[in-house]
Amino acid sequence: MTGFNLPAVLAIYHFEMARTRRTLLQSIISPVISTSLYFVVFGAAIGSRIDQIDGISYGAFIVPGLIMLSLLTHSISNASFGIFFPKFNRTIYELLSAPVSHFEVVLSYVGAAATKSLILGSIILATAALFVPLRIDHPLWMVFFFLLTAVTFSLLGFVIGIWADNFEKLQLVPLLIVTPLTFLGGSFYSINMLPPFWQAVTLFNPVVYLISGFRWSFYGVADVPVWISLAMTGAFLAVFIGIATWMLRTGYRLKN
Amino acid sequence: MATIIRINNLSKIYASGFRALNNISLDIRRGEIFALLGPNGAGKTTLISIVCGIVTPSEGSVSVGGHDIVADYRASRALIGLVPQELTTDAFETARGTVAFSRGLFGKAPNPGLIEKILRDLSLWDKRDNPIISLSGGMKRRLLIAKALSHEPQILFLDEPTAGVDVSLRRDMWQLVRRLRDSGVTVILTTHYIEEAEEMADRVAVINKGEIILVEEKAELMRKLGKKQLTLQLDPPLETLPPGLKSRALELSPDGRQLTYTYESSDEESGIVPLLEDIRQAGIRFHDLQTSQRSLEDIFVSLVKEEA
Ligand SMILES: Nc1ncnc2c1ncn2[C@@H]1O[C@H](COP(=O)(O)OP(=O)(O)OP(=O)(O)O)[C@@H](O)[C@H]1O
Ligand SMILES: [Mg+2]
Repeated sequence: MTGFNLPAVLAIYHFEMARTRRTLLQSIISPVISTSLYFVVFGAAIGSRIDQIDGISYGAFIVPGLIMLSLLTHSISNASFGIFFPKFNRTIYELLSAPVSHFEVVLSYVGAAATKSLILGSIILATAALFVPLRIDHPLWMVFFFLLTAVTFSLLGFVIGIWADNFEKLQLVPLLIVTPLTFLGGSFYSINMLPPFWQAVTLFNPVVYLISGFRWSFYGVADVPVWISLAMTGAFLAVFIGIATWMLRTGYRLKN
Repeated sequence: MATIIRINNLSKIYASGFRALNNISLDIRRGEIFALLGPNGAGKTTLISIVCGIVTPSEGSVSVGGHDIVADYRASRALIGLVPQELTTDAFETARGTVAFSRGLFGKAPNPGLIEKILRDLSLWDKRDNPIISLSGGMKRRLLIAKALSHEPQILFLDEPTAGVDVSLRRDMWQLVRRLRDSGVTVILTTHYIEEAEEMADRVAVINKGEIILVEEKAELMRKLGKKQLTLQLDPPLETLPPGLKSRALELSPDGRQLTYTYESSDEESGIVPLLEDIRQAGIRFHDLQTSQRSLEDIFVSLVKEEA
């Protein structure tokens, strides 16, 4: 048996997806409710007082940012929990003793987490379509950004899940870093609306590039050039792949 | 018999600096039941964990079925099934689901028929669709065995298989192990229950403080160290041994009431019939006698004491 352990990848993938299915209601209803709330608060209440941004109604403008917001947070939490939990309940012994390569482990956990956040993102997109008129100028690019972001941040989640040795740490990165960066990354505004100084500061926020690129695929307008958005996402992906590979190779926090 | 696991100069120093294994070399033969016997903290689990790929060795090498456990981990791990010491299972997955998961993880295509057979053999078929969390401790133990057997391994590691298992189940488990051995599976078990090693094993290794003190065929071990004793309760008491009996390995207790004779159980020369004849001739009278054999347990305790 050399090459690729497909049965193992499928087994882990199905196991992870089954975990979601057990909490199916919660995993569908909660994003629908929270998205609706965003539209009620930002779209209807505040949006009615905000002019169009780049010729797009405010309600429609925030849709790509909202999807990115949940794509990021759910990719991270799904993947980090997926690998953290076997460590926590010690069933990880089986994975460590199985004839699976590092690549197969990453592929199955990250694949499952990315699948889940893609389903979630689609639900949010569908919910949003009920509230505002949506337009997708570059559907292929939209799907590409969608996939790339889900995979990239599922990988980050995987890395966090291995690094975390308790539940607090598991929450730490999403709560303290990712959520603030996402909110400040132009989910709800165009960075052109900021004073010049804060515009410059915002450019250090990596999430800006993700949201900008994604929004461009919808409405053809962007805060930063699209190729920079692509390059940044690719760079994240490369960095997270590097860290994950290093962790598995050294057995970091997995093996004694 | 061919060697299936070869352990060469293996040492493990944990991150804490603790040396859990010290230069262990050991060969396990194909098709045998091998018992690893040692007190708490001896290093049994550490040794097993290294062979299975869960703990990284500090020094030395291990090969399984001729495959190095690091360079050729896929081939070596595919041969092994492991039943861990602790009851580590998922909670909400079903019994059948978790066994099927294990089979996939080890690279085998689904085989519902085989999984049914394994679950039936372990009396878990009735519980197949129950979530694991609803199983009793003994059932979980059996479920872990089912998971380990799910990919038809050639080698089965059982880390204290009968801990927390009732007597009848323990018998069942011993039978299962024998059946596996008969079907060609090599079984390595660790245990605190000496009678388990005595009952089950073809060979026994005694491990203490990270070192293998002894590896021996069980029968040989029993023969070598398993001396028999004959004890006579004397009445009336005896003050000294008569000169004619001094040459024999006899020992008189200080109060003169007990005479002990130690002999090899297999040694026909030292048979007790002629001895009893001699004793009668010497006019020694006794009102009771008993023989006893040192069990593996006594042997084990004395070995570990010697080391300390
Ligand atoms: N992760 C670890 N870090 C540091 N020391 C460890 C670690 N795991 C085990 N040890 C130590 O290594 C020694 C051997 O442990 P091991 O679990 O191999 O013993 P054992 O023979 O299986 O014991 P038992 O019969 O109690 O299961 C013990 O002193 C233990 O404290
Ligand atoms: Mg142990």
